[in-house]
Amino acid sequence: MFKAEKIGGRNVTASASTSDVKLHSKASEASTPSRYPHRLNFYDRPPVLDITLEEFETCAIDRLRVLAHIESLNHRSLPAPQFSAAVATYVKAHLPLNSNSARSANLEEERRRDEIGHWVLRLAFSRSPDLRARFIRSELSLFRERFTSDDLNERNTFLRSMKFNWEEVGPTEKQELREDLMACMPWGKESKKNDAFNAEKWNKVPWYTVPDLIGSRRVFVKGGMAYVPNSSQISLVLQAYSARLETALELTAKNLPRLDEDERLGPVIDHLASSFLSGLAAGDYQPADGTSGAAVTAEMVDDLARKHFSPCMRNLYERLKRDHHMKHFGRLQLGLFLKGIGLPLEEAVIFWRRMYGSSMTDDKFNKEYRYNIRHSYGQEGKRANYPPKSCQQILTTNQPGTQDSHGCPFRHFSPDNLATFLVSSYPTLDRSSAEMRDILDSVKNSHYHVACTRVFEVTHGLKKGDGLGKDGETVSHPNRYTERSREIEADRLGLVKKDEEEEDVVMAE
Amino acid sequence: MAIDMAAAEYDPSSPMVMQAFYRRIFPYRPFFLWLNQDHVPSKLFTHREFAFTLAGDVYLRYNSFANADDFKREVLRLNPSRFEIGPQYTARPRDRKTLAAGALQPIRRELVFDIDMTDYDEIRTCCTDKKICRRCWGYIAAAVKVLDHGLRDTLGFKHLLWVYSGRRGIHCWISDPAALDLNDDQRKALVTFLEVIKGSKEQAKKVNVRGSKDEGDLHPFIKHALKPLGPCFTKLCLRDQECFQSERGYENLLALLPGDQQIIGRLRKKWQQSPDRSSSDKWNDLALEVDALDDKTAIGRKFIKAREDIVLQYTYPRIDAEVSKHRNHLLKSPFCVHPSTGRVCVPINPARIDEFDPETVPTVGELLKQLDNIPTDTDDKTRKGDDYEMTSLKPYVEMFQKHVDAVLRDTKGSRKAAKEESMEF
Repeated sequence: MFKAEKIGGRNVTASASTSDVKLHSKASEASTPSRYPHRLNFYDRPPVLDITLEEFETCAIDRLRVLAHIESLNHRSLPAPQFSAAVATYVKAHLPLNSNSARSANLEEERRRDEIGHWVLRLAFSRSPDLRARFIRSELSLFRERFTSDDLNERNTFLRSMKFNWEEVGPTEKQELREDLMACMPWGKESKKNDAFNAEKWNKVPWYTVPDLIGSRRVFVKGGMAYVPNSSQISLVLQAYSARLETALELTAKNLPRLDEDERLGPVIDHLASSFLSGLAAGDYQPADGTSGAAVTAEMVDDLARKHFSPCMRNLYERLKRDHHMKHFGRLQLGLFLKGIGLPLEEAVIFWRRMYGSSMTDDKFNKEYRYNIRHSYGQEGKRANYPPKSCQQILTTNQPGTQDSHGCPFRHFSPDNLATFLVSSYPTLDRSSAEMRDILDSVKNSHYHVACTRVFEVTHGLKKGDGLGKDGETVSHPNRYTERSREIEADRLGLVKKDEEEEDVVMAE
Repeated sequence: MAIDMAAAEYDPSSPMVMQAFYRRIFPYRPFFLWLNQDHVPSKLFTHREFAFTLAGDVYLRYNSFANADDFKREVLRLNPSRFEIGPQYTARPRDRKTLAAGALQPIRRELVFDIDMTDYDEIRTCCTDKKICRRCWGYIAAAVKVLDHGLRDTLGFKHLLWVYSGRRGIHCWISDPAALDLNDDQRKALVTFLEVIKGSKEQAKKVNVRGSKDEGDLHPFIKHALKPLGPCFTKLCLRDQECFQSERGYENLLALLPGDQQIIGRLRKKWQQSPDRSSSDKWNDLALEVDALDDKTAIGRKFIKAREDIVLQYTYPRIDAEVSKHRNHLLKSPFCVHPSTGRVCVPINPARIDEFDPETVPTVGELLKQLDNIPTDTDDKTRKGDDYEMTSLKPYVEMFQKHVDAVLRDTKGSRKAAKEESMEF
């Protein structure tokens, strides 16, 4: 099966089996017909290409990001059009795949990267039934999006090339079943229905190959065969894709133990799987290093905390304010976050000194704490400039102990405490509201980032599914949460100002 | 002495009685063939879960057996009050403790349905709770007709075994290879397709099958089901059960009508004034009101559709969906004895479901008595065949045998075809 072997310096070959002819991507462009005649791909044949280790990783991460995003969108149960719009924008930005007619794009390269990403992720996600199921679900959403957005002609060429053995319903049978077939067509005006019926074509397949259409009674069934109109063809295609993918993943899982020929691939694959498990794509957000943008002063922190802090930071800050004390990991989580939102070192020292207040002598603070603060700004020790912690790190590393207040409230609070905390921190949230139920439901299903996103939506007056207000983005980093919150506020202020200016003009006239 | 003991002897809760039943009557051979679908033990039998209920509510899960004899030995040893059948797993269920976590997964299983009379309590007037009589069996009969037709003609299954559950319900086991192979998603989809009656106690209208605006056409499958259900409704709900006789009865009916307060008000007033109007009269009153409406108007169309929906709500099969959705759901085996009624879970011919009377199903006591009454001079040597052949269970076992033969013929056929195909390469 799929195995990767080391050949030479930094090249890694993924090959189907030893008997396969090795295709060099360059050669294939010139002489042989393209490996990727279609935009759509069922990924039936493993790629037999020279891949650099870097490509191996970047292609996979690009795709992983998209899949993770699709998964989080899935969990937010958006209405279908909004969902596909959100997927479309995100896919276009992060994993573009153009149709044959697109001139500007480097089709071969796009499709190559798409394919490599898919195959690497198969390795990463084949290891457990749970991961396999999640991978298939996200891949199906991605495929559906590409299928529906594909050029009609190209799509049909692709379908023909797949040679599905669907049985077409002949004209005689179509007429015989006219009434029944029409009853299953989407409800519309009677007059239009006739034309639609005459123009439509049906395929017969065993009913159990299209469970979604059966469950929703959208097809006519007779003698064990479901009569699927071309307008519902997507169900057939997705079913075929998912069945093949499932079998292939199980096969890969069986062969995975033999993937030990290149010790460089293991860690990459492990990392990919683990970042998907925590519900987030790896390195989705790179926070500013604190030097750019307007500086935040120690005085501003309190106001910012109320308006813009993510729930975890809000919690830490309130604790610190109340207790004038904080354990190590809490200081680290909050300190790095503040650095990320633009609190310079000098201001950080002032901020922490104030927070500790009279609970600590100046002497003790200078001796024990100043060093830590400077250290986290990369001014002491090995002088590493530590980045603020992402949600993934907060969720999965340094689990809080009994005296700790760091971590993620959605994951590390009991449901009751979480509700109390949210209600007291965000006056717009009502304990018995539908939003609160949404949030607590997401928490129960371990979709902490979804819950957090929902809090953001509610507290910023956004619709469900808006996310951070940019193509349904999910919370994946506390600093991103705060950054978006401040941007939204700035936008609204800008609008108000503009309105005022316009009013002024009117007044002047 | 012997006469005094007779009553006690045939009590189905007595271990002696059950022991005698398992030793002399239970049809192990066809039972084995039915589950195994072959004469040589296959994984369909050896990897299959059996769960035993012993006296004192002891429940033993994850039993599995190498062959029919092995199974019989254990049944005689444990002497269960009843037992249930599960799926074929990826490994022998009895080895589960030696397997890696998650290695024991259900893979194949007959498609099963369970209809229980308790789901009909809100629409039957003759009995409630655990009771059942010939009259309310009519609901089950209607359900069997619709499902049997649907499963055969619409979904294309061939090998359906309908089994009386021993008290107030009926089971259906489908042994087609395609049915065995269905995964949980496909089963779920099928159940959703078949299920029409949905909603809790607090919800009056339980039939919502016309799309989100409740005004679409019926799916052809439901429309075809209405054909036999119409007469059932008249005979059963109007004449026999008098579903709308009581005030509660007709208020339920009024609650199902579209919101036209004039019509509903008129009907209510009329029915309040003459409380002895029968259900048929009331249904006619409604029909007259509907006929007066123009069927080109929205409200007219609504009423026509509502009438169809009411027939569905009162007669459409009410299946226990959870039983059918998951492969690992256990279901009581055919030919078990119902612990409280003593009746044997016998197969039923769906074509003659109307004639079936649960009261005439043989009880374990009757069967043993019939065996005891065989003259002692017909010695073991002169007797041919099995003991059950001398009891009133005989026709039921024969029906079962016939079903099993048909299953075997088909699976053998498909196996032969597969073999020939593989020979070609």
